[in-house]
Amino acid sequence: MKVTFPHMGNMHVALKTVFKGLKIESVPPPPITKRTLELGVKYSPEFACMPMKINVGNFIEALELGADTIVMGGGWGPCRFGLYAQVEKDILKDLGFDFNMVILEAPDSKISELFKQLKSLGQNVSLLQALKTLKLAWNKLDAIEIVEKNLEYFLPRVIEKARADKLYQEAIESIDRADGKNQCYKAAFEAAKAMQELPTENQEPLKIGLVGEIYTILEPAANFEIIKLLGYMGVEVERSIYLTDWISAHLFGGYIKKTDHKSIIASAQPYLNYWVGGHGQETIGSTVGFARQKCDGVIQIAPLTCMPEIVAQAILPTVSVKEDIPCMTLWFDELSGTAGIQTRLEAFTDMIYRRKYRASNLKEA
Amino acid sequence: MTRVGIPAGLFYHYYYPLWKTFFVDLGAEVISSSLTNRQTVEKGIAVALDEACFPIKVYFGHIQELNELGPDYLFLPRLVSVEARSYICPKFMGLPDMIKASLPDLPPIIDMVVDMSINSKGLEQEIKRVGNIFTTNEKAISQAFRHGREELCKYRQLMQTGFSSSEAIEIWEGQERLLTTSADLQLGVLGHGYSLYDRCISMNLIGHLREMGCRVKLVETCSQDEIEKAAASLPKRVFWTLGRKNVGAALHMASDDEIDGLVYLACFGCGPDSMIKEFIERRSNGKPFLGITIDEHTGEAGLLTRLEAFCDMLRRRRKIDFESNLPPYGQYACGSENSL
Repeated sequence: MKVTFPHMGNMHVALKTVFKGLKIESVPPPPITKRTLELGVKYSPEFACMPMKINVGNFIEALELGADTIVMGGGWGPCRFGLYAQVEKDILKDLGFDFNMVILEAPDSKISELFKQLKSLGQNVSLLQALKTLKLAWNKLDAIEIVEKNLEYFLPRVIEKARADKLYQEAIESIDRADGKNQCYKAAFEAAKAMQELPTENQEPLKIGLVGEIYTILEPAANFEIIKLLGYMGVEVERSIYLTDWISAHLFGGYIKKTDHKSIIASAQPYLNYWVGGHGQETIGSTVGFARQKCDGVIQIAPLTCMPEIVAQAILPTVSVKEDIPCMTLWFDELSGTAGIQTRLEAFTDMIYRRKYRASNLKEA
Repeated sequence: MTRVGIPAGLFYHYYYPLWKTFFVDLGAEVISSSLTNRQTVEKGIAVALDEACFPIKVYFGHIQELNELGPDYLFLPRLVSVEARSYICPKFMGLPDMIKASLPDLPPIIDMVVDMSINSKGLEQEIKRVGNIFTTNEKAISQAFRHGREELCKYRQLMQTGFSSSEAIEIWEGQERLLTTSADLQLGVLGHGYSLYDRCISMNLIGHLREMGCRVKLVETCSQDEIEKAAASLPKRVFWTLGRKNVGAALHMASDDEIDGLVYLACFGCGPDSMIKEFIERRSNGKPFLGITIDEHTGEAGLLTRLEAFCDMLRRRRKIDFESNLPPYGQYACGSENSL
């Protein structure tokens, strides 16, 4: 059995660890390239959202490399992600691929169910070993996030941005290679320290909150590496979604890591008073949160036709006025012109820069 | 008399008789916007956001038109779920909030949450809450709702005989409508009712098909059992109520030899449709399938051409049975090892 899975940011590092620990051979899909997206666009439904198209591309490329089992997530709506796996299976079978699909679906977000399904994948691995593996995978995700957060903080501040970027890449690679908890954290903290020692610019950077749909936020290939684009422009980005927060809040009921998920949902009142699936309510709640933390602006990103984010987008202008924070929405689809995104980001940051500068000038006068 | 405004869009096509009866029984006067027309569309797309689907944009137009009539209340229910373990669509779940954010000067909104995904207890409370606006007599409220359900049943029976929802509402309100009976083709026509049955949004797709000599079979003409049975053949239960009805009806029709072909009307950017249409196309056993996508464009001629071409193809297919076995692109067209 050769198992493959979809890409989502740096998630592959953790998944590789999980499969290795469960003594299953895994074939991670190659990194997302133009070809991945082209394959996905060609074979997916036209109006399917972007994550599905990338998934399909990932699977085709992995099956070409010899994978014979696909592990995919699921859900029970109302977001269409809940039907991804089934439609993807139909598409790939019709293309003539021979494979098994294991769909990890927690019927009521119960970790025990998920664990059972994972176990069915595993061969003769003891419960203790499986637990150990999951713990190491978790440590890796946690270490990666430390590096990511440091990059988000230092990239806009340091003068030699490419150096910080390189330190980040190296740290992710060594976390990927690590086979113990200590090694992971060591790599993470070393990278953080090295970034800290780089010479910085004098000016305090602008700070933007990034909200929106989870896949678009976590997968750089789905968002034109927006965090780095902004970082190179000298803008610090804080995300509304980090993978460990999401896993903790949705799979473990908030037990393993304290998250402020509940307070984010509470902040969405009175603008969006009902759960709308996906991350619609989180988008509104986090925007309010960023405004109250005195961020300089908020950018909402999502794949085109994403239903929950459309609801959020309709409400965002009201939040923007009432909470006094500039907001912009960017939709992503298979269009691949970076220059357009770059121009819009530059215009937005110019605008919030001027707004901030004028405000501080007025106070002095 | 208290005037309650019900916009003639979206779930108007599924529940108008229920809502109207309920409010009238409670002593309110019900006004609704006129059926969708060009002006409704223009008003809607002026205020709604670009990314929303067409029927949602049109709904914004209906609300503005109603607002000009000056009702005391606007009835904008939040339809989360109308049956166990299923949803409508995320946009419906956030619709009242979207409207409040885009249209600031509205009369008080009756924002009733319809969520039956777990049980109907919440709905009972919501009905009581809404009824209390008009009367404190709890018995009258539950009686009005029961009466509403009865009317809804009558209305649904009309639709089972083959009338679209717009026609059924007209008949329910006392007008006369007849179904054309002369037809040589039988088509299954599917889509979300609020776009398919709205004559303006669908550019009168059903009417045009009937004029072209087709008998139109709609989702509502299939029985609940037929739909659920066919939908159960999918690898996973579809968790959108309308999506499951469409896919179930389509697969049921696909196995029916009397039906010549399927037409699916989808709205640009509709999330459920993007997945449902894929299931139907891939699982309908080669039944001729026409997918039509609409948005606010107004080129009716383009639609007519495609419908005519589809009907012509189906008629020819019947005449020359052999041709239907030839793929238009395949290697078998010039003969292969096992055939001519």
